[in-house]
Amino acid sequence: MKPAPFRYARPSTLAQAIALLGEARGEGKVLAGGQSLVPMMNMRLVRPAVLVDVTHLRELTGIAPTGDGGLRIGAMTRHAALMASPLVRERTPLLAEAARHVGHAAIRNQGTLGGSLAHADPAAELPAALVALDARVEVTGPGGERLVRAEELFRGLMATALAPEEILTAVDVPAAPGGWGFVEMARRPGDFALAGIVVVLGRPLPSPPLGGEGGRVVGFGVGDRPLRLRGAERELAGGGIDAEAAARAGAAAARDCDPPSDVHASAEYRRHLAGVLTERALLQAGVRRAGG
Amino acid sequence: MTTSGVPPSERLTVRLRVNGRPVEHAVQARRSLADFLREDLGLTGTHVGCEHGVCGACTVLVDGRSARSCLLFAAQLDGRAVTTIEGLTPAEALSPLQESFRLCHAMQCGFCTPGMIVTATELLADQPAPSTEAIREAIAGNLCMCTGYVNIVRAIERAVAARSQDARR
Repeated sequence: MKPAPFRYARPSTLAQAIALLGEARGEGKVLAGGQSLVPMMNMRLVRPAVLVDVTHLRELTGIAPTGDGGLRIGAMTRHAALMASPLVRERTPLLAEAARHVGHAAIRNQGTLGGSLAHADPAAELPAALVALDARVEVTGPGGERLVRAEELFRGLMATALAPEEILTAVDVPAAPGGWGFVEMARRPGDFALAGIVVVLGRPLPSPPLGGEGGRVVGFGVGDRPLRLRGAERELAGGGIDAEAAARAGAAAARDCDPPSDVHASAEYRRHLAGVLTERALLQAGVRRAGG
Repeated sequence: MTTSGVPPSERLTVRLRVNGRPVEHAVQARRSLADFLREDLGLTGTHVGCEHGVCGACTVLVDGRSARSCLLFAAQLDGRAVTTIEGLTPAEALSPLQESFRLCHAMQCGFCTPGMIVTATELLADQPAPSTEAIREAIAGNLCMCTGYVNIVRAIERAVAARSQDARR
């Protein structure tokens, strides 16, 4: 249970970090909080030759308000900091709530937002929350910077659109004034969710709804990545959220998802959860939108 | 010379504080903080259970916040301050929390105890009077293979009660 030998580097600038990853020729890994990478190294599921520790890079820190009412959040922001930040709680409270559900206190003290996204565990909370919020991810590589929509970052089980020599530096999170809901089911606090649902509603009419949609419904733990449940989203197009619309959306979500079976829960049970949790998350979001 | 600065290294020297004492030590990059504390510094109070961040036995404080020492490399701790169970134990006696664990028989084999005490220390620093539910949630990441949770929760509750009594005196 010890990791294979590797070389460790602690660059002092983002440019140095990217150069180090380039020199590692695909054998390098970015080390952030290490709460997902290091267990995999200890179990020898991964054996990077070089670890590039980016936790000290100033370019990757900070939480700053943006003009549209949202936030730009540095990739090295720890989960505990997301929970505690007054700016996050005011502007994107969904992220504070999602962070609260990540692991245990000791994990949240070390684990980072960027690390959670780059690791892309399909049962993780923050990737799903950012897809629901239609956040943009800032990525820097040898060729410069690019912006990736959260939805396009996740390509499958622990697979992302990041190239080996690219570093995820920050997340641009728009405000979600239309209400949101977050519900997950886990056997114990801190466990990975058996299934979870994040809902972000568009603004109430007549303002234009979020991205031309009534809202987003995203499942985690119910597919190989954070999964937009489009059948459920279609049920929101009318704008109103009542018990009947929530129930219809729940039924659609259960049909749409593609959950795995494992020792913790069967696919059938997860599918059932996706339906029930969608209903609950929508009602929660409806109450928030109504100002409750 | 490339633009990458200091080249990656398999061996390096770390300078940090452990239980208030400055420490300078050469380590392999792959040396976990847990093994560094136990093998290099002889601080065997930090226990190593699962070595992949699940059991909580190796929990220590890094700059005052709890961390799994099996998921950190000593190399990352340069410039930081680490507190272990030894650092939470007074020279001549037990801390009030430790005394509470003793009085409530909150340990059976004792393997999880250091991690439990470190985790409870952070909880009590953050919340003056946590509810039973908050206590249970806080120690959810620390596994007791003897399943002695009831007395562990009781011990933390007792420490909270003793502290508020002290405050009233």
